[in-house]
Amino acid sequence: MEKYTVYTPKSIAKLMTEEEQLAPGHRACIGCGEALAVRLACKALGNNVIIVNATGCMEVVSSQLPYTSWRVPWIHTLFENTAAVASGIEAGLKIMTKKGRRLPQDVTVVAMAGDGGTSDIGLQALSGALERGHNFLYICLDNEAYMNTGIQRSSATPYGASTTTSPAGKVSIGQVTWKKNMPAIAAAHDIPYVATACPSYPFDLMTKVSKAAAIKGPAYLHILSVCPTGWRCPTELTIRIGRLATQTGVFPLYEVEHGKYKLNVDPPKLKPVTEYLKLQGRFRHLSEDAINEIQQRVNEEYAKLKEQVSLKLS
Amino acid sequence: MTTKMGIEVSVAIGEAVKLANADVVAAYPITPQTHIVEHLAELVADGELEAVYMPVESEHSAMSACLGTAAVGARTFTATAGQGLELMHEVLYVASSMRLPIVMAVANRALSSPISIWGDHSDAMAVRDTGWIQIFGENGQEVIDNVLCAFRIAEDRRVLLPVMVHLDAFHLTHMVEPITFPEKSKVDQFIPPNEYPLPLDPNKPVTMGGFGPPPIYSEVKWAQEVNLRAAKEVILQVWQEFGDTFGRYYSPVEGYRSEGSRVLLLTMGSFSETAMAAIDKMKSEGKDVGLIKLRLWRPFPFDEIRQAVKDAEVLIVLDRAISFGGPGGPVCSEIKSALYQQERKPKVIGFVGGLGGRDISVAGFEEIVSRGIEISETGSSQEFEIFGVRE
Ligand SMILES: Cc1ncc(C[n+]2csc(CCOP(=O)(O)OP(=O)(O)O)c2C)c(N)n1
Ligand code: SF4
Ligand SMILES: [Mg+2]
Repeated sequence: MEKYTVYTPKSIAKLMTEEEQLAPGHRACIGCGEALAVRLACKALGNNVIIVNATGCMEVVSSQLPYTSWRVPWIHTLFENTAAVASGIEAGLKIMTKKGRRLPQDVTVVAMAGDGGTSDIGLQALSGALERGHNFLYICLDNEAYMNTGIQRSSATPYGASTTTSPAGKVSIGQVTWKKNMPAIAAAHDIPYVATACPSYPFDLMTKVSKAAAIKGPAYLHILSVCPTGWRCPTELTIRIGRLATQTGVFPLYEVEHGKYKLNVDPPKLKPVTEYLKLQGRFRHLSEDAINEIQQRVNEEYAKLKEQVSLKLS
Repeated sequence: MTTKMGIEVSVAIGEAVKLANADVVAAYPITPQTHIVEHLAELVADGELEAVYMPVESEHSAMSACLGTAAVGARTFTATAGQGLELMHEVLYVASSMRLPIVMAVANRALSSPISIWGDHSDAMAVRDTGWIQIFGENGQEVIDNVLCAFRIAEDRRVLLPVMVHLDAFHLTHMVEPITFPEKSKVDQFIPPNEYPLPLDPNKPVTMGGFGPPPIYSEVKWAQEVNLRAAKEVILQVWQEFGDTFGRYYSPVEGYRSEGSRVLLLTMGSFSETAMAAIDKMKSEGKDVGLIKLRLWRPFPFDEIRQAVKDAEVLIVLDRAISFGGPGGPVCSEIKSALYQQERKPKVIGFVGGLGGRDISVAGFEEIVSRGIEISETGSSQEFEIFGVRE
């Protein structure tokens, strides 16, 4: 946290850099949590990066030819291959440095993809790149559905959410499966660093990005990104909803460093999930029973996480 | 020093990639490509080739990793076959559209189902329109020479396109052939270091692969088409220079005893070797038949093909792939459309054969030629005929 300066009157020391790698003027919706997450991540990364972006909202809003919002080197190729492209970039830079074909310069290679591009169609490429041990940071921007194509469900869509392909109907609650635990899948690859973050906690997010970028080997950062368009929530509530996700235990902020779990935000008492759910149109149809079911599940998952946090690694 | 040795063609490809100083090999194994990548992995493991060998988890990721390595300016090689090439399909378009100079050997293999590890050209034909430069090899030496030329062509600033070097499954990949390897120092001169003009580099940020709205997309695609067509000039120059340096000359279309022949047979790939033997036999029996070998598949050599066949009366084309429900073989339909507007042109008769590794012998080619002549006189009830299939 101490590394950043926030915009404050000139007389006071700044907490966050004013430099923007993702230029203003991109086409993201008002209140977009993904765009904010990317902006903050970029501030933490600085200019010495190469960004590989999957197809999805962030690619579409930032790269419409003949314009670009990117002030750092950036490449988009396809939807599901981001980790593989990033692994190629990392390997290519490494061998060219070794062969004296480029000046030695530490460049952070960052792959960015949505929850669909990560936990569904891109999972294989991601697993391969993590397993091969490339020195790169993978950021999953999780807005809990395929937003770019019009709010279709993904395996990261939470139970009970209504999307265009898991619509709530007379005989359906909406999404009938529980959110895939992607950070746990990443951690199961025994990589040095896995963490969750949310732009509602900007300093926590930026600290994690810096840490992940500095670590040798693969790092995985899973960022919950509120999407007012897809979540059917007021655009001015993006930050509050993100905070509620953590305060209710729906989306805990934690790190897994070399297998060791650590909770970064651990409220003495979790707020009821309904405070989080009721602000979002995608959950509007849920009955009290369904909300109780979700509460039950969140309690269980949170307890499991706390158990992992309390484990002593020998 | 130039060395000549008996060596398996796949292993020889590995040696050629080493001669070319590749920086990265990213690959996923599939028969009959395996010996190529195994040998490369070995060369890297023994420190004989200073490169990264990326053992990726799929062909989709192999080609995707190649996008990344090429985008930072590393000399990039991969190899695949059949199903692997199909799994790469969407990535192939990206490689050419983003002007990434990747070289790939394709050990041409039949496509499932039924699953077949053996050779034909179905895989190559399915990626015909992906915007890659595509060269077919007839024998081991040709394949090796074209792997070397491929790096030179791909990385030429006027080209900057990926290149596929096609070689037939088993008939080439697993054959031990006499191969002449050029001198390393001469290869170093022939293939200068890769200077990719706009690599991903924090010191000079570029945006690659932006989103193309309707007012831009057509322009981008037309530029790509103009560029691929213009690449032919460079391919011809590189082949000329290769010949002048190493003594072996290549051309997009090659005739074999074809001059003045009334009937011509056209083949692509390793079957040309057997076809030549068949031509010799038929010629010795007084038959008026010659052979045309097609080497450059993309960009398609329209002028050369028209020139090569213009005086013949009958042109019999053998394809090793079917365009299901269509005109028959992709090579034959390409040739037909190249000739359609010409005033002087032969009758074009299409055959499909040699699917899924089935061989065609000298006697087989004789049969194809005589049936082709028959069709040219009496016609056929079919768009094309298949050779050697049991009813
Ligand atoms: C192979 C392939 N399948 C489908 C698509 C269509 N597609 C593009 S983006 C997208 C959804 C992206 O969702 P996500 O990864 O969650 O990112 P978001 O847009 O939500 O940020 C889909 C389905 C595609 N481009 N490529
Ligand atoms: S749909 Fe959602 S994620 Fe996409 S740009 Fe809009 S707010 Fe952001
Ligand atoms: Mg999404």
